[in-house]
Amino acid sequence: MVAENTTQPISLTLRVWRQAGPNEPGAFVEYRSANLNPAMSFLEMLDVVNDELTIKGEEPIAFAHDCREGICGTCSCTINGKPHGPGTGIATCQLYVRSFRDGDVVTVEPFRARAFPVIKDLITDRSAFDKIQAAGGFITARTGSAPDANATPVPKPDADLAMDAASCISCGACVAACKNASAMLFVAAKVSHLGLLPQGQAERDRRVLAMVRTMDELGFGNCTNYYECSAACPKLISHDFIARMNRDYLKAMFRSSLSPESASGAGGGA
Amino acid sequence: MAKLESKVPSGPLADKWRKHKSEIKLVNPANKRKYEVIVVGAGLAGSSAASSLADLGYRVKCFVFHDSPRRAHSIAAQGGINAAKNYQNDGDSVYRLFYDTIKGGDYRSREANVHRLAEVSVNIIDQCVAQGVPFAREYGGLLANRSFGGAQVSRTFYARGQTGQQLLLGAYSALMRTVGAGTVQLFPQSEMLDLVIVDGQAKGIIVRNLVTGEIQRHAADSVVLATGGYGNVFNLSTYARGSNATAIWRAYKRGACFANPCYTQIHPTCIPVSGDYQSKLTLMSESLRNDGRIWVPKQAADRLKNPNEIPEDQRDYYLERMYPAFGNLCPRDIASRAAKRVCDEGRGVGTSGLGVYLDFSDAISRLGEAGVRERYGNLFDIYHEITAENAYQVPMRIFPAVHYTMGGLWVDYNLMSNVPGLFVLGEANFSDHGANRLGASALMQGLADGYFVIPYTIGDYLATQRPGSRPSVEGAAFGEAEANVTAITRRLLENRGREPVSHFHKRLGKILWEFCGMARNRAGLEQALQQIPALREEFWQNVRVPGSADSLNQSLEQAGRVADFLELGELLCLDALTREESCGGHFREEHQHPDGECKRDDEAFMHAAAWEYQGAGQKPLRNVEPLAYEFVKPSTRSYK
Amino acid sequence: MNFVGLLFRSSIGRKILMALTGLILIGFVVGHLVGNLQVFQDPDHLNGYAEFLHRLGPLLWVARIGLLVSVVVHIWAATVLTLENQAARGGEPYAIKHTIRATLSSRTMRITGYVVLAFLLYHLAHFTIGAAQPGTFKENLPAYTLQQEYRVAGFPVVDAGATVADVHSMVILGFQNPVVSAFYIIAVGLLSFHLLHGFDSLFQTLGLRSGRWSAGLRGFALLFCIVYFVGNLAIPGAVLLGKLEPRTTAVAAAAAR
Repeated sequence: MVAENTTQPISLTLRVWRQAGPNEPGAFVEYRSANLNPAMSFLEMLDVVNDELTIKGEEPIAFAHDCREGICGTCSCTINGKPHGPGTGIATCQLYVRSFRDGDVVTVEPFRARAFPVIKDLITDRSAFDKIQAAGGFITARTGSAPDANATPVPKPDADLAMDAASCISCGACVAACKNASAMLFVAAKVSHLGLLPQGQAERDRRVLAMVRTMDELGFGNCTNYYECSAACPKLISHDFIARMNRDYLKAMFRSSLSPESASGAGGGA
Repeated sequence: MAKLESKVPSGPLADKWRKHKSEIKLVNPANKRKYEVIVVGAGLAGSSAASSLADLGYRVKCFVFHDSPRRAHSIAAQGGINAAKNYQNDGDSVYRLFYDTIKGGDYRSREANVHRLAEVSVNIIDQCVAQGVPFAREYGGLLANRSFGGAQVSRTFYARGQTGQQLLLGAYSALMRTVGAGTVQLFPQSEMLDLVIVDGQAKGIIVRNLVTGEIQRHAADSVVLATGGYGNVFNLSTYARGSNATAIWRAYKRGACFANPCYTQIHPTCIPVSGDYQSKLTLMSESLRNDGRIWVPKQAADRLKNPNEIPEDQRDYYLERMYPAFGNLCPRDIASRAAKRVCDEGRGVGTSGLGVYLDFSDAISRLGEAGVRERYGNLFDIYHEITAENAYQVPMRIFPAVHYTMGGLWVDYNLMSNVPGLFVLGEANFSDHGANRLGASALMQGLADGYFVIPYTIGDYLATQRPGSRPSVEGAAFGEAEANVTAITRRLLENRGREPVSHFHKRLGKILWEFCGMARNRAGLEQALQQIPALREEFWQNVRVPGSADSLNQSLEQAGRVADFLELGELLCLDALTREESCGGHFREEHQHPDGECKRDDEAFMHAAAWEYQGAGQKPLRNVEPLAYEFVKPSTRSYK
Repeated sequence: MNFVGLLFRSSIGRKILMALTGLILIGFVVGHLVGNLQVFQDPDHLNGYAEFLHRLGPLLWVARIGLLVSVVVHIWAATVLTLENQAARGGEPYAIKHTIRATLSSRTMRITGYVVLAFLLYHLAHFTIGAAQPGTFKENLPAYTLQQEYRVAGFPVVDAGATVADVHSMVILGFQNPVVSAFYIIAVGLLSFHLLHGFDSLFQTLGLRSGRWSAGLRGFALLFCIVYFVGNLAIPGAVLLGKLEPRTTAVAAAAAR
């Protein structure tokens, strides 16, 4: 009953997107990967392919990876047209060779979107997410100024829902899966996480306006409510958060234009 | 010989930090913006330090090798974070948390540091909640706690099984706030490859932009390293693949002392290795040991048999047999060593022979499958995802794996290394966990260092530096450091060998795991000390690093890191060989009680060993910082 | 940025415009259908109704302009958002196209939208301007004299004996042409399909949808679209099956042309 005894090694043909640099033309290159243990992870298979390429004197395939346990959000391959490959609620690193059948042709592409330009092969630049975060994805709380942690109770349903949103790993699969390369699910997860908590109320309107503005400026597409994003999300974050963000945005639009404003303009945070 | 001055303040234990804070030097607010601080790493310690220092008014540059600071491996911590809040009214206190940490560390940490850690633990929770970390809550809306790692009080705060992720996202959001405000300049995908020392003080770093390959010089008034642990020296570990020791190792080669490298923690419940291709070991929560029973067959001949066909009287529930009082719940190091022992006897299960069963059949007959699913369903799912085995039907197979390093760069009470101006935070330093770290304490230490220690203590150093005295990057020291980096890169790329880097990393890992893993002995360590230099030599003769230096080149990155591991591994073994005692995660077979437990030698080894680099090919110098136990009386741990 | 600026410039603002104009247009098509179903009653009803609308005068123009603006904004937003979406996808398409769960209705919004627009123009030419089938256009048919007064919400709005245009006959005569009817049925079918996504989607865009009742909303949207389609199908269907007949004077007038 030990896994490695019960299944036979398999062979796959990999069609991998190779692109030397951001402004270089790219193309698919085929690699035959034989004698694979089904218990291998998909990324371990790429490790093996890369070692073989190195020995042959070719340049290995560049692919993003780090924790290899589905939490850091670095890995980002589109496999057979689906970000993170077949399977539900997993990142690329949680995909195993046993998900394929002997002889399968597996097409591996980077996460594609204009806002995620390819750096090399399967690696893209997702720094746009950091820019959105820097625009408002925070609660301003300078170190040392916090009240006692139990000073403000948070209703458990709110805390649980905030945690659902906060489990986003910023991998970008939502953008990659979206027919419009929209970042709405990512931004909605961040906006909802902080907006659901009492601590996040002071900056709630500013946050959603600023994050959406930055998202728009960075060249992401618009949401057309296809819900491909939440289906591709390795953490299965619900598109309900997008509805919540739309509502927040609408309210913030009204309040920011209509509520009274201090004439001196003094006050604001850092 | 390095000067190891701990700078622990005098006075009663509980007053030391308060007294120190009121006595150390301050920097005038108008002057703060004239100081530039480099922070390397943006995990819990690095992000929290960078944002806190920026909020104080310092100009901060933060460097990370990841594409985003949010990807640092703090994100993977599951269990929780300890804090002496005593919200549960169960008798917890700062002193208890301090005492548990000191004892858990097997009396090999600095009392004053650990007490400070326990003191600021309560502020960490406040800070994180204010940032919006969604900790678990009771129905009344107040924070929930759980007991973790065998603690007698419930002091662990948690956010599902993703506490590290949520704390890191909190620290990351604070960092991005300061980046957005322009007070922190962020350099993602920038790997520190050398430390620049000007007139004996740390004044800059050399980094390689991992995308363009450009080598850059950055000067500062002070350098803060928060680059994590070095567990990947073992190749297979629960660390992220990118986790590396290059920043601290190159700082070591510039004169910073490396303390207690042999203190490594091995977690007993990980999914075993399935083949040579393996890149990573996955941790299964320790909580599984609450209901699972650990066993191996009594006969080595049965090890490949279907476990369900092995009759009860042919099974050896070895933890229950050896430790009747604690049984399957004995501490991590003890459970790990016991697993190694039965596997060494040839009774390990699975094709590799490196695994033991964690069996839930008793729990299933007691609680029903639904009951077990309710408690551990997500863990069984992870196990199934990785192994394709149904643990409700066949026992899980587990094996210990490296997952934390207590050793690191030596620091004083201010978290400054012996190199003035060089501060080291989080897992990268050696300070707080002694020879063994307790569960839910790593997150606490990273954030304590970044939020609540460095913002005070860095001022004490900077106040001694004239504003504007930061050296120019055109200076000779920068030139020399850059030349060093370029030379390493060139040597790697121009080496016309045949083998990929990973082969050497795997071989190094095997040597260390075999001779300097869960149990160590003189003969083995001496053998490792022969094999590692030989492997290193082979590496430099036979490694092949494809690609070029002027673009993204993952092989080159990996090669540089493994080259450092090949040196660090040797120091690890040397430290293990020299420390002729057993304590915490360091178990020397020669030094055990008759029952197989750690036998400390407080007379000879109640000290931190801080190794000082003496040049390539030279044996490093072993400096010693005696650990004075003024307040706690060391005793022997027993879990019988 | 002020409210109007946010509404017209931001991604979510434009989507809100899309949803609100969509909502207005849904309201219109529903009202339009309900009014037109009076064709199944005595000609007094539809003709009285048409005359009532006609007599609204400036109010009718307000409504017409409102609808025109809604259509223009709806199309403008769709165009701008679509162009941005195509740009956002980037230059290099995926080699393997894969859809996980996006519905056919959602993925064909653009195509169904084009057809609906074409139909709208034809429909206006047909029944409002009289350019498509001048022979059966209301102005070219004999006038109709109301037998009974026409009431709206109990209030008499058109008196008995009033001479009004014979819309009733125009509709029936128009649909007696099978090609016209077929186009009408296909177009209304695609409009219903368009609304299947649009109806559901506007709740999401306006932030009024959540997973707890999304299945109910989805079901309601489906039911709505089916009822809407059947209602629209009924008129040409009944005409083609001979269940609805025009007035004989109108037939003679149309045949004379």
